[in-house]
Amino acid sequence: MNNIVLIAGKEFRSYLKSPMAYIIAFIFLLFTGVFFVSYLSTNSYNDTSIRGLVDPLSLFGLGGLGNIFLLLFASIITMRLISEEKKLGTWELLLTSPVKDSDVILGKFIGSFGLLASILLLTVYYPILLFILGDPDIGPIVSGYIGLFLFGSAALAIGIFASSVTANQIVAAVVSFGIMGGLWVLGVIPQQIANMPTGLKTVLSYVSLSGHSIGFVVGILDTRDIIYLVSVTVLFLFMATRSLESGRWN
Amino acid sequence: MIRVDHLTKYYGERLAVDNISFNVEKGEIVGLLGPNAAGKTTTMRMLTGFLMPTKGNAYIDECNMMTNSLEGRRLIGYMPESTPLYMDMTVRDYLSFFAKLRGLNEKYTKSRIDEVVELCNLEEYIDVILGKLSRGFKQRVNVAQSIIHNPKVLILDEPTVGIDPIQVAQTRNLIKALGKEHTVLISTHILPEVSVICSRVIIIHRGKIVAEDKIENLSAVLKGGRRIKVEVKGPVDKVTDRLRGLPGVKRVMREGDFYILETAADIDPRARITETIVRNGWALLSIDTIEMSLEEIFLQLTTNEDSNNE
Repeated sequence: MNNIVLIAGKEFRSYLKSPMAYIIAFIFLLFTGVFFVSYLSTNSYNDTSIRGLVDPLSLFGLGGLGNIFLLLFASIITMRLISEEKKLGTWELLLTSPVKDSDVILGKFIGSFGLLASILLLTVYYPILLFILGDPDIGPIVSGYIGLFLFGSAALAIGIFASSVTANQIVAAVVSFGIMGGLWVLGVIPQQIANMPTGLKTVLSYVSLSGHSIGFVVGILDTRDIIYLVSVTVLFLFMATRSLESGRWN
Repeated sequence: MIRVDHLTKYYGERLAVDNISFNVEKGEIVGLLGPNAAGKTTTMRMLTGFLMPTKGNAYIDECNMMTNSLEGRRLIGYMPESTPLYMDMTVRDYLSFFAKLRGLNEKYTKSRIDEVVELCNLEEYIDVILGKLSRGFKQRVNVAQSIIHNPKVLILDEPTVGIDPIQVAQTRNLIKALGKEHTVLISTHILPEVSVICSRVIIIHRGKIVAEDKIENLSAVLKGGRRIKVEVKGPVDKVTDRLRGLPGVKRVMREGDFYILETAADIDPRARITETIVRNGWALLSIDTIEMSLEEIFLQLTTNEDSNNE
């Protein structure tokens, strides 16, 4: 447990020392701010919700653009976590210290989650504005944030796995965004193919990331969505741990 | 304290370490000597639990590094060759991170950092960001990192590569001093380094142990069978002939205007060489000794083995 905290703390501090964290926070706030306001204005300020932040469907027809940004940023945040250590060689020191492989992965996950959570918390002033200026429904706001955090964890776990398979940060980022994009697109396919069997449609939308975003947006905390996102997180963190282990055998 | 038992490692098809066995007793400083790509780093990586062997076992103080790696890793301090550092950390943060990761508590970490920083002459740089240190100082931090938790066993991979001669001397002295309390395995491809630091040497070539002995028992070749390079103005045939006839000279080769003399290690024929040349009325333009390169020594050591195999 100590080691997890130690590694998480090291990673989090390391983020705060690099300009990347601030650039990402800036861009994220800029875009989500625009989405947030645009949603309110297109609805003539009648729907005081954070749907613009979590699901600007009405704007671009893409569905969960905020989530896409989250995925992109998660790839960028996590790409260095293991790749960079492999390149620098510090990986050798970390893995020859008396630390369990799973502690290394969990430490890195919690460290990156700390950064992501900090950035998400910076957006809390949107709902605060809503509360000051209007009378929003608190349910969808809370569920929207829960969704973003769960989505974020899943994306970070995928990113950490991708980072664990290569010493090249760019490759790690591309691989992780590829996995996330792939999981996202799976949910879009059924909408495009009219005569697809219903069973297949259900399966695809269940295994896709996009199929599990809308509930959080409208204020529904569906256990299937929560279990799905937590499973993706656990699965990819587990795979990252296995990837460390297999590295020792190569 | 260190026991390597029929250790073998394949990287895919390539055999990196070929069935080697050796022991290092408590308090010994043992050198793992070999040219590049001999399998030194791979052997060390298996000893530190970073890599798993394809066959065989590696033990640190009776901890099998395959099955009980976590326990074994507590006992070792490892200094990889590549000087890996978190470039955005200060010396203090870096040492503190690894001290705590290896189980030191807050208070002990503080006092150990003070001790180690003094030992490695890093006092002035303790709050400097690692990325801003010069190569030599980075190397010192690398040493400091390996001893911060006061491990029983030290495994140092090429500790003097890439630093200037003064620092090399300092590093060697430091390792010798550490050897008084720790069991040390160091790898190097520099021949004199072994004789300066180590009490025993294991010579490894193409993944195999080709020789293993105490320094004082090393064959004359390893002690540095020397070559002497002489530049002489005079009739080539006669000069070659006379030089070849001198006691202690095993072979004479020509390289441009120079004569290269291979000599036995126990006789220094230089005085006789100059005397001979001068007495014959030739002009001695220069005389110089060349240390035999490690590759050449390995060639000598391994020629027999290779011919046996083929």
